[in-house]
Order: sequence, then C-alpha cells, then structure tokens
Amino acid sequence: MSAPHVVVSGVTRVHGEGEAEVTALDDVSLEIQLGELVAVMGPSGSGKSTLLNVAGGLDRPTSGTVSVGGQVLGDLGPRDLAKLRRRRMGFVFQDYNLIPSLTAAENVALPLELDGTKARLARRQARHTLDLMDLMQLSDRYPDQMSGGQQQRVAIARALVGTRRFVLADEPTGALDSQTGEEVLRVLRERCDEGVAGLLVTHEARHAAWADRVVFLRDGTVVDSTGGADRPEDLLATGGPR
Amino acid sequence: MSVRLGLMALLAEGDTYGARLRSEFEERTGGTWPLNVGQVYTTLERLVRDGLVEQVGESDAEGRIAYHLTDTGRAELDTWWTTPVDRTSTPRDELTIKLALAVTAPGVDVAQVVQHQRTSTLRHLRDLTRLKRDALDRAEGTGEGADTEHGVAWLLVLENLVFAAEAEVRWLDHVESVLARHARGAQLHPHIVTVDTAGNLPAHQEGTLS
Repeated sequence: MSAPHVVVSGVTRVHGEGEAEVTALDDVSLEIQLGELVAVMGPSGSGKSTLLNVAGGLDRPTSGTVSVGGQVLGDLGPRDLAKLRRRRMGFVFQDYNLIPSLTAAENVALPLELDGTKARLARRQARHTLDLMDLMQLSDRYPDQMSGGQQQRVAIARALVGTRRFVLADEPTGALDSQTGEEVLRVLRERCDEGVAGLLVTHEARHAAWADRVVFLRDGTVVDSTGGADRPEDLLATGGPR
Repeated sequence: MSVRLGLMALLAEGDTYGARLRSEFEERTGGTWPLNVGQVYTTLERLVRDGLVEQVGESDAEGRIAYHLTDTGRAELDTWWTTPVDRTSTPRDELTIKLALAVTAPGVDVAQVVQHQRTSTLRHLRDLTRLKRDALDRAEGTGEGADTEHGVAWLLVLENLVFAAEAEVRWLDHVESVLARHARGAQLHPHIVTVDTAGNLPAHQEGTLS
C-alpha cells in the first residue's frame, strides 16, 4: 500500500486558556489514502469540525502534525499554506457557498483563477471537471437556477477542480432531503473511487455509510473505527441478483 | 415472512415449477432470506392440500411439475396485499434484551457495549450501502447484469435493511444520551447515583441500579 495522502498524527487542539480551556481534540491520529473516503461521526461538540479544520489547514493544532501529500502543514507559513490549500484540497460546506453572480462553470473555475490560472484555461478545466462528473448540463446555470442537490454537486466539482486530490466535506448533506443527500454522497463516493482522498463529517449514519471507514469521536478522542471494508463478496451471503 | 404467501405471489404471475419458484424468490429478495428446496416443496404440498394451489398436468420429461394458483389462492393473496402486516406481537430482539440487562448487570461497561454495537452496526450499514450502490446501478440499467425490475426489487429490500440499521444506530445514540443524562441527574441526587459520566457502572455501585 502506498503512503497515506493525509496523515493526522497525535493532534491535540486546545481552545482558550486557564479555566476557559477546552480540549477540542485530544491526541487524534488518522490516515487517509488516495481513493479512500473516511467519515467522522460523533455527538455535537465531539470535535468533528475541529478535526476537519485542522486536517484542512484552516486551524492549527496545539500539538501534533498534519501532512497532506507529504507536506507537513505546520512547516508552512500562512502564504504557502494558503497556496497548498488552493492547489491540493477543496472544501464542501453544508450551504454550498457558490457565488450567486457566477455560473456553475465560473464558480468551479474560481479557485484556479484565484491561484493565477488564466481565465480561459481555468474555464476549460472547470468544464472538464463538470464533464467528468456528468454535470455539463449545469455549466451555464446560476446558483438560483439550480436545486440544492445540483448546487452541492457543483460545489464538489469546485472542490476537486485542477490538481486537488483531497476533499473535505462538513455536513454536505445537512441542507438536503434524504434522497438528494444520498445522490450527493454518491457523487462524492465516485470521486474518491477515481483516486481522491475524502474526509466527510456527518451526523447521519446512512451518509457515513458511503465511506470506506467511519471514525467515531467523543470528547475529542477517537473512541472507535469501523476499519476497512470487507471484500464485496463477503458483504452478504449472496449479494443480490446476478 | 410467510414463505407460503411469497410463493403464492410468484405463482400469481404465472404457472411455474418448484425449483423456479425458489430461484425467483431468492432473486427478488437478493438472497436475504434463502430457501431450501425441501422447504419450497413442503410448502407447495400444503398449498395443494388446502386448495390454494394445484398441479398442472403430469411431470415433464425432466420430472418437473408445474403449479398453478387457484381462484381460492388468488383470493387469499388479494387479502394479503390489502391487509397490513401484524406488528402487534413484539419479536424478541437480542440487542434490546442485552442492553436492558447490561444496565443492571454488575461489572458490565454499558458505554462499551453501546459503542461496540454501534461500530458493528455502522460497518454493516456501510456494507449494505456498497450493495445498494450496485443495486442502484442495476436499477438504472447502468451496472453489470442490469435488470431494472429485479434491480428495483432488490434495492427495496436493501433499503429496508439500511433503514433498520440506521434506526439501530439512532437508538444506540439515544441509549447513550439517556445514560449520560441519568449519570448527570445522579450527580445532582447522589442517593440515586448508579452510573458515572461515561455511562459506566462504578465498581462500588455495581448491581445497585434498579
């Protein structure tokens, strides 16, 4: 097996000081391979979002290290860290966060343009990503012309445009009905099957079930993990109609 | 699940052989409830005895006998379709019993019991979801061996198992929060203290919760 794409090693994150001190994460370790989707579950306040923010370089750990693609985030200054985030990882949030005045293709191209890619090339890459995800029919639509599920699929495309190989999704189905949420998860799953590393925070067991592994957090500590998947033929005795 | 009514439902689609009934039943339900041949023939014999099913002619060259649903059988089947399944008798559920006993059993770490079960159920849910993905591909006619009708039937069976597993995880979350609340309440009222903040039974109070 190749080296993990994402390595969270012994990470502790403490907020506040003195009596107000709160340990959001306590010695958490986690590895994600390319092609693997890992879900994080746990009660409110268990540290799920803090873990996602630390893994994505949006927050720095109090101790421990995070590396993405072999690059230790703590070794980078703010500018290099921002560059690494733009080039190596993408975020998907509950409320899509698409720019209302831009079309789907322009939204997807935006991270590339912000990173200095010429507009025409960025748009071409955006259309390529939308095409890969079977979303070309949405490319000229504005967010208010798309359903929530369509917007979230475009947001996933934006998170993975260009060279990005690590997607971090914080409750991406939180604003969607169950069926649409499943469809979004299916898209995320397909992207991971195509070689992307994914970290998904969710409180819905049925959505976490799309991941290869589920890590369970409580009070900032990993209390359990489902481990890797079994072979498909072992899942059920017969596995459905042939 | 009534095998009897399941076979009658299949026979309502047309006359067929016992072996074919078995394979059809398993195919529709994804093999979730496997039948053995003996069970199929014993059931068919009883259906014939009760006048719900009848044999069609003699056995063919391969010794196979076709069966046909009688009008009486069709009427009983129609009643089945239009009558809700009886849920008033509560089946024994091992997990429910196990947790109910764990709360009062001395030396049992209830929180661990809950966590281990949740991990196992989440794993099961993940595995079901992988099967569901294949079934979705089949139902949409894009997967290997695409067969829309049977794909949808299998998908619905899987969805049922997914909902059941999801409900179990929710219930386990609920058990955990009730135990934690109970522990907090116990701290405020020490005379009822029986579990610690993690939901465990403290060693000196094991066996005292009632």
